[in-house]
Amino acid sequence: MPKLILLAAAASQALDVSTLSPASPPAESIRFLFIVVTAAAAFILAIVWGVLFYSLLKFRRPRLLKDGLPTTEPPQVYGSLPIEVAWTVAPGLIVFLLTLVIVRTEFQVHVREQQQPESAKILNVTVIGHQWWWEYVIERDGQRKPGVVTANELHIPASTAEQPRPIYLNLRSADVCHSFWIPRLAGKTDLIPGRNKNEMWFATRETGLYVGQCAEYCGTQHAHMLLRVYVESEAEFQAWLANETKPAVDDPSVRNGKQIFLTESCVKCHTIRGTPAQGAFGPNLTHLAARETFAGCMIPLTRDNLRKWIRDPQEIKVGCLMPAFGLSEQKIDWITDYLMSLK
Amino acid sequence: MYVLMAIFFLVVAGCEALAIRWQLIKPGNDFLNPDTFNKFFTMHGTTMVFFMGMPILIGIANYVVPLQLGAHDMAFPRVNAFGFWTTLFGGCLAYFSFFVPGGPPAVGWFAYAPLTETTFSPKSGVDFWALGLLVSGVGTIAAGVNFVATILTMRCPGMTLTKLPFFCWTMLWTSLQILVAIPPLTAALIMVEFDRVLGAQFFNPQNGGSAYLWQHLFWFFGHPEVYILILPAFGMITEVVPVFSRKVLFGYEFMAAATMGIVFISMGVWAHHMFAAGMSRTLDMYFAAASLLVSIPTGIKFFNWLATMYGGRLWMASPMLFAVGFLAMFVLGGLTGIMLASAPFDLQVSDSYFVVGHFHWVLIGGTVFGVFAGIHYWFPKVTGRMLSERLAKWQFWLLLIGFILTFGPMHVSGLLGMPRRIFTYQADRPWQLWNQLSSLGAMIQAPSYLLFVINIGWSLRYGRPAGDDPWDAWTLEWATTSPPPSYNFSETPTVRSRRPLWDVKHPDDPDWKYE
Ligand code: HEM
Ligand SMILES: [Cu+2]
Repeated sequence: MPKLILLAAAASQALDVSTLSPASPPAESIRFLFIVVTAAAAFILAIVWGVLFYSLLKFRRPRLLKDGLPTTEPPQVYGSLPIEVAWTVAPGLIVFLLTLVIVRTEFQVHVREQQQPESAKILNVTVIGHQWWWEYVIERDGQRKPGVVTANELHIPASTAEQPRPIYLNLRSADVCHSFWIPRLAGKTDLIPGRNKNEMWFATRETGLYVGQCAEYCGTQHAHMLLRVYVESEAEFQAWLANETKPAVDDPSVRNGKQIFLTESCVKCHTIRGTPAQGAFGPNLTHLAARETFAGCMIPLTRDNLRKWIRDPQEIKVGCLMPAFGLSEQKIDWITDYLMSLK
Repeated sequence: MYVLMAIFFLVVAGCEALAIRWQLIKPGNDFLNPDTFNKFFTMHGTTMVFFMGMPILIGIANYVVPLQLGAHDMAFPRVNAFGFWTTLFGGCLAYFSFFVPGGPPAVGWFAYAPLTETTFSPKSGVDFWALGLLVSGVGTIAAGVNFVATILTMRCPGMTLTKLPFFCWTMLWTSLQILVAIPPLTAALIMVEFDRVLGAQFFNPQNGGSAYLWQHLFWFFGHPEVYILILPAFGMITEVVPVFSRKVLFGYEFMAAATMGIVFISMGVWAHHMFAAGMSRTLDMYFAAASLLVSIPTGIKFFNWLATMYGGRLWMASPMLFAVGFLAMFVLGGLTGIMLASAPFDLQVSDSYFVVGHFHWVLIGGTVFGVFAGIHYWFPKVTGRMLSERLAKWQFWLLLIGFILTFGPMHVSGLLGMPRRIFTYQADRPWQLWNQLSSLGAMIQAPSYLLFVINIGWSLRYGRPAGDDPWDAWTLEWATTSPPPSYNFSETPTVRSRRPLWDVKHPDDPDWKYE
């Protein structure tokens, strides 16, 4: 069953997740470093393999003598100080040069806020890792207003030369260690419980969808702790943000579903802003229907998938921390209608 | 005994690995359920490191070291037996977890807190895992003490430390490293058990403990551990290469110093496993630079091996074949290691398949090839019979091809953004092809190990009798009969150079004149 859903979700062409097609400064610096160290490594490899294979061809004992011992021993060389010094110093130099490049990259990758140009409008996002989904608290343009809370799918504005929009992520964990990794945007940084100063940044120029996933083993469904970041034009982003800021849609035609949602145990874990549902254990559902995927970005958000999920989440995502509630099909229908109205 | 136990665990952990590879052959596969997959990779890693890797090295060394020293036995034969039984008992404890409710642990061999706390792993699998490692750690420490004592005090007359056979030299440093690295692990494991059983909160951030502390303690052990696994293999290669090149080892003193250098530097680089954990920039750069430094002594070793071969008469018998495989492959693992040590680059590839590719490259391309070189080299001494060269060659080529095919593509899938320890992946990710190649490689590799076991069985019965010194080698183990009598030497040998048997065979041109 999960297999079917997965395959249905598969786009015909693969999404780009490569570390080698960076779209943000930290990822670009890292690719540069990658090229430098790979070149250095290839150079050393060429030398070692060169000497090794040359010796194998040149000094291999002729087959005739395969089992016998050689008639004469080759000249014995016990060592040589100058040669030893040479091959200690030469790699030393390479290491030194590499270290310089590393230090430079290190500074490019971990930039602090005060180093950003004045004009930059920084977007601060607190990312909280949960088994096995992501929670985002978005502050509005650094004003530390009670932000927008959403789950799994993050929208951010694109950065342009005139208007740089670096995104700063503050990384926390609600349970075990996780790691936030979108290869095209930046290297990964861990979310470690009890450690609230981990942060990272990126700034993208190209709009589009960027995917990644949790990179630190975090238990049963680690593989399905996926990430989607939508990079949009400033206008699109503002529109999205404005919508997320609104309280939940209150559509009278789905009142039945709302009623059931609020009386079943859903409220213990989920929040829907503007209703009495204030649970914090599971993802915030205020604008669930505005998303493309759900359950840690694992499945496309369709009415059908949502129904299956509410009937039995374990069937879709074995071991996930949301139980099945044994609701009647009628109730499931109603809840689904309600959730689908939460645009 | 050690070696047989290690081979048994090799087969077990190998089967786990095959299951893992089979599961990943296509996206959304449901051959293993997530929990089973997580258990399998936990046990696979744990077993390969603790119940295969270390025991096989210690086992070979237990046999060879006293012979090379011209000693009658290890310094403490009973401690030796104790070490074996505790290691075996540890392995049994860890595997007993298959029979307890909840089954084996699903926390990874690195067992990051707080996943190991009762909140997230309520079942007893983690307890058996921790106890198993604890017990086998005691055995390993015992072995370490025994080696240090043996090598320092049981050398035959004339064998100064500067005339020590190289394998003994690496075992000496490996043992010292064991003595430094294992106790912190033992302490950390005890702390985990305190947390789990007695409600202590060392690693529980919800109650003031630190998840970060576990990572430091674990890697303070975990990093030196990889050198514990590779140094003895270095030692074996250093025995094999000169003999099969018919040349004395080039630059013994520098090789010895490099070994020492690797041990010292490697103690100070553990946090390069934690670049993504958000250390300070300064720490990142320190650990990156220190890790890069390790490449210098390792490079020295490489160049000296090559210089030893250069201008020799290379005899490509099976031990040398594996040694050359080691030289050709390990260098690549070392180079990806340098890449990983480049802290910012590590942010992209740590915990990705690139890392899986890298460390298997050093563990198989290094330790496993080294151990096979050693086993093929010393088998005639131990059993009095030669291994079949034909089977050995088949084994070698299957291993080489299978291994390259398994772990080469992993570097690619890692760079393409595939994280490790995932039981499945989305069909919309570009990883399927690379995973299929890896799985195919694993299927080619598996029969290679099987051939090895067959070769041992067959040769024990039908192998050509070896004679005392089939390779025309130079160290003392070849001076006694094959297999050696229970007291090793009928009369204690005396040595004057690093190649005592050369001196005996060439009385007109002895080695001690040149050293
Ligand atoms: C019938 C009542 C419930 C409904 C309709 C419901 C609905 C949902 C939906 C739509 C999601 C996907 C959210 C997303 O991807 O952002 C979800 C995820 C989740 N829910 Fe619920 N939920 C209910 C009850 C609960 C309860 C009682 C718990 C706590 C025990 C819970 C825990 C979770 C968790 C942990 C997830 C994340 C699962 C993952 O992706 O691994 N839910 N729920
Ligand atoms: Cu995670």
